[in-house]
Amino acid sequence: MDSYNIMFVILAVLIVCASFATVLAKSVLRAAAYLFFALLGVAGMYFLMGYTFLGSVQVMVYCGGIVVLYVFAILLTRGAKDKLSENTKQKIFASALLSLTGLGAFVYAILKANLLHENLFRPEPLYAPSEEATISINTIGRHMLSTDVNGYLLPFEAVSVLLLACIVAALVIARKR
Amino acid sequence: MLDLASWTSAIHTWLLGLVPEWAAILLECVVVALLIITLYAVFAIVLIYMERKVCAFFQCRIGPNRVGKWGLLQVFSDVFKMLQKEIINMRKSDMFLHDLAPFLVVTASMLTFACLPWNKGGHIIDFNVGLFFMVAVSSIGVVGILLAGLGSNSKYPMIGSMRAGAQLISYEISIGITMLTIVALSGTMQISEIVQQQADNGWNIIRGHVPAVIAFLIYLIAGNAECNRGPFDLPEGESELTAGYHTEYSGMHFGFFYLAEYLNLFIAAGIATTLFLGGWAPLHIAGLDGFNAVMDAVPGAVWFIGKTFFVIFLLMWERWTFPRLRIDHILSLEWKYLMPISLINLLLMALVVVFGLGINV
Repeated sequence: MDSYNIMFVILAVLIVCASFATVLAKSVLRAAAYLFFALLGVAGMYFLMGYTFLGSVQVMVYCGGIVVLYVFAILLTRGAKDKLSENTKQKIFASALLSLTGLGAFVYAILKANLLHENLFRPEPLYAPSEEATISINTIGRHMLSTDVNGYLLPFEAVSVLLLACIVAALVIARKR
Repeated sequence: MLDLASWTSAIHTWLLGLVPEWAAILLECVVVALLIITLYAVFAIVLIYMERKVCAFFQCRIGPNRVGKWGLLQVFSDVFKMLQKEIINMRKSDMFLHDLAPFLVVTASMLTFACLPWNKGGHIIDFNVGLFFMVAVSSIGVVGILLAGLGSNSKYPMIGSMRAGAQLISYEISIGITMLTIVALSGTMQISEIVQQQADNGWNIIRGHVPAVIAFLIYLIAGNAECNRGPFDLPEGESELTAGYHTEYSGMHFGFFYLAEYLNLFIAAGIATTLFLGGWAPLHIAGLDGFNAVMDAVPGAVWFIGKTFFVIFLLMWERWTFPRLRIDHILSLEWKYLMPISLINLLLMALVVVFGLGINV
C-alpha cells in the first residue's frame, strides 16, 4: 500500500463513520455537523482523483453553502429542544422499505455492469492520476459554454432558469403581506 | 529574481536519496505544515501589536508602552496569559460542537493562508483552480462561526453568529465577483500564474486600468467585512453583544478565534496584494533600467510581505476611521450598492479584455 491508497482508506473510513453518525445523531444540529464531515470526505475523494475543480465546488457549495443553509434552517425553526421525533412502526417500515429498494438498485447496477468479478476479493491498488489526466478549468469552461457535441450550453442555461424560478418563488413567499 | 523552486526540488532529490518517496513526501508535508503554523503565530503577534499601535495613533493615544521597549513584549505577555487560562465548559451547551467550532475556524483560515504566493516558486498549495479553491476553503469558516453560536446555547452568541453568517455570505459575493474581474484580466485561476503575469507585464491595478481600481476599492471594503472587522464588526459588537459568537469561550479556544480574526486580516490583505499589487513581483518603472535592477535585488518574500502590510495598514485605517454600521445598513450596502457595481465592473473588465485595452508595461 502506498500513500495514495492509505489516503483513500482514511477518507473512506471518514465518510462511512460520518455518514453513520449523521443518521444516528439524536440532535439535529449535531447531525448537520457530522454531515459536514461526510461532505468534506467526498471532496477529499475528488481531490484524490485529480478533479480539483469538482472538489472545490463540493467544498464551496456543500460544506460552505448547504450545511450553512441547514444550520440557518435549524436556527430559525428551533422547536421541541431540537430532538428528533419518536420512531413509529409506520415510519420504521417505510424507511426499511426505502433503504432495501435503494440497496437492491445499487447491487443490481453493480452486477449488471460486471464490476464485481474477482476484484471484490483481490482488489487492485489505485494509482494516482497523471498530470495529463487531470482536467484543467479552461477545458471545463469551454465545454460548459460551447454548442458542440460535447457542449453543455443548453443544460447550463436550463439550470439558470431553475435558479431564477427558485428566486421568484422565494420572493413570493417572503413578500406576502 | 531568486526562484525558490530550485531549492525545493534540490531538497526533494536529496531526500529521495535517503528515504522512499512516500516518506519523503510525508516528511516535506510535515515540515511545511510546521512552517505554516509558525508563520501563522508570528504574524498574529506582529499584527496584534500593529493593530494596537495603529489604533492608538488614530485615536491620538500612545498605545502599549510599559512592557518592554515601546511595549514590544505586551503581546507576548498577553499570549502567555491566554495559554494559562482554564478552558471552561458550560453545563447546558453542546460540548462537542462548542469545542469543535474554534478548530473549524482556524483550519479554514490556515488552509487559505497556505494558498498565498510567498515568493517565486514559494507557493505551498498551487492548483489549476487555485483562486477558486481559496474562496471555497475560506467558506468553511462560516460553518465554524455558526456552530460556535449555536453550540454555546446562549443568547448573545446566537445573535452574533446569525449576524456573522448573514454578513459573511453576502460579502462573499462581491469578493467573488472582484476576484472574477481579475481572473478575466489574467485568463487563469492559478495563483502562481497570476503573479508571474504581473511580474512580466506590470501590476494588475495598472494593467487593468479603471475596472481594476474599482475592483480594488470594492475588495478593500468587502475584505474588511469578510474579516468581521472595521465598520462591519457588529457580529461581535461589544456594546450590545458582549463578544458576539465567542462570548462563551475562554482560554485558548477564545485564542483560536482571536488568532483567526487577525490572520484573516493578513489573508485578505495578501489576496489583495496577489490580485492587484503584483504579489512578489518587484516594482518596475518602464525605462529606468538601473532602478529596476536594484528593485530586482530585493527578495520576493520581502516584496510580498511589505505590500501585504501596506494593505493591512489601509484596512486598519478604514477600521478605525468609520463608526459601526447597523445590520440592515450593512446588508443594503452589499446588495444594493457593492454587488451591482462589481457586476457592472466585471462587464467593463470584459470589454477592456476583449478590445485589448489593457496596458502592458
